[in-house]
Amino acid sequence: MLNYLLSRFFSALIVILGVTCLVFFLIHLVPGDPVEMMLGESAQAADREALREALGLNLPVTTQLYNYLSGLLRLDLGTSLHYQRDIGEILAERIPATVELALSSLIVAIVIAFPLGAIAAVRKDTWWDDVAMGFSLVGVSIPNFWMGPILILVFSLWAGWFPVSGREGFASLVLPALTLGTAMAAILARMVRSTLLEVLNEDYIRTARAKGLNEFQVIKNHGMRNALLPVITLLGLQLGTLLGGAVITETVFSWPGVGQLTIDAIQRRDYPVVQACVLLISLSYVVVNVLTDVVYAAIDPRIRLGDESA
Amino acid sequence: MSRIIAPIILLLWVVLALFGPWLPLNPDIVNLQKILHTPASEAWLGYDDLGRPVWDRLVMGARTSFLVAIWVMLISLFIGTFIGTMSAYVGGKFDLVVVRVIDVFLAVPGILLAIALAGIMGPGIENVVFALSIVGWVGYARLARAQVLTLKHRDHVQAAIALGTRPLRIMLRHLIPLISAPLIVEATFGIAGAVIAEAGLSFLGLGVQPPEASWGSMIKDGTRYMLMAPHMVIAPGMAIMLVVLAVNLLGDRLRDVLDVRGRAREN
Repeated sequence: MLNYLLSRFFSALIVILGVTCLVFFLIHLVPGDPVEMMLGESAQAADREALREALGLNLPVTTQLYNYLSGLLRLDLGTSLHYQRDIGEILAERIPATVELALSSLIVAIVIAFPLGAIAAVRKDTWWDDVAMGFSLVGVSIPNFWMGPILILVFSLWAGWFPVSGREGFASLVLPALTLGTAMAAILARMVRSTLLEVLNEDYIRTARAKGLNEFQVIKNHGMRNALLPVITLLGLQLGTLLGGAVITETVFSWPGVGQLTIDAIQRRDYPVVQACVLLISLSYVVVNVLTDVVYAAIDPRIRLGDESA
Repeated sequence: MSRIIAPIILLLWVVLALFGPWLPLNPDIVNLQKILHTPASEAWLGYDDLGRPVWDRLVMGARTSFLVAIWVMLISLFIGTFIGTMSAYVGGKFDLVVVRVIDVFLAVPGILLAIALAGIMGPGIENVVFALSIVGWVGYARLARAQVLTLKHRDHVQAAIALGTRPLRIMLRHLIPLISAPLIVEATFGIAGAVIAEAGLSFLGLGVQPPEASWGSMIKDGTRYMLMAPHMVIAPGMAIMLVVLAVNLLGDRLRDVLDVRGRAREN
């Protein structure tokens, strides 16, 4: 177990270092000059130089990377150009909103996907299956930047049940969580279906039926329980899609989280903030996946004892 | 039903997108008398906030959408297949490095990376294609690598090596043709993903610039007039949904026909 944990932790560290460098280089090496974007093409050469120096952009890229990495180790994310404040502080204000949205969307996704996937698997090749998978396919095909406005139109503007935007109380959470959650539910339902179908072919399911359990108990106690583990891992992998989607969903609903901060920072050419946001979101994705793997290994002895520790 | 309807819908959009410029459409003509007019006989999807017919703009938006999606798919498919095949075939340290790079790319949510890239490079259709391709190649690379790993010890490859065939020729003649089925399926879903991603970037104002039409920017413009002119939001969203749905159905069909199993579809 310890070996597995160490190797998993080590490879996560490499990925984290890689992600940090990737984000850094993409921001610094991509065509397009941030200074020119910030000041406009008509800016004086002296002003450009001054800003370049203030941002440390005049230094060699390797020195910049070194400064950036050593700053990160001291948990120093730099200063926002727009807010003139410590980026760590700004992020700390925004994180709770995004975590709240992500967790509620996850709950929405689970509540929709598990019954839907289970029905589709149990009633395979019937119209139940067709309807459930049809819903899933439509869900995958609806972008959240359309789902959001449509929900606003119907439930805020026409029905008047929920606020159009902002983050004040439970009512304001419902539509953003539905927008983000249904998209994920669509993907998750397919996974639940295929995993459960595999599990239902196992011998122990036949045994459970043979010993006279009713079908509901078979599915619940023997089917779902065993299907749950792979689905949880897949859920962890889907978190990246969820977090990426949160950026757009937060923008649609003016939800004051990290996603909206990212888009605002892009529009304000506040590159240190863009860099910090992308890094934060990616790192949380990596960390969650490591945690998922660890929990999985703790529950399932086949993983930690098996020779394939990847 | 969907077996016939999906390809028809797709074909219809492709034809419209291809022949859009030669159709009697006025996507850029501003008509102040018609601002926000709802659907009527002379314009069946109504007019937008500048009095431009929504249907005409939708057709032009289809051009943007398909152009970006096809370029992104081709570039990502080419680069990804090349890197993935090479990595698996060459193996050793090179493969180790490539696997790490793939892991790193997979750790960053694709759409987020594309948003950041497009934001830094500035708006424009080339930048959208660039940003989405940087994100897109990873999936193909991983798939190609996994497939080639299982193939490279097969007899026909070993025979080719024994005959002194050059590595590039082995990859092109003996490996890539055998892994093309799963790649084609993946590419189909890649098109669907690129259509949504392009619209997403345009929705955020990072895609094509006005007066150029994009389904994403049309939705964004429409959100400001939802009570007066809901058709401005509904129409482009329906277009995206129909196209993506049709492409996804096509992908599912292709997967069944080509008998590709165990497709990894996360992100």
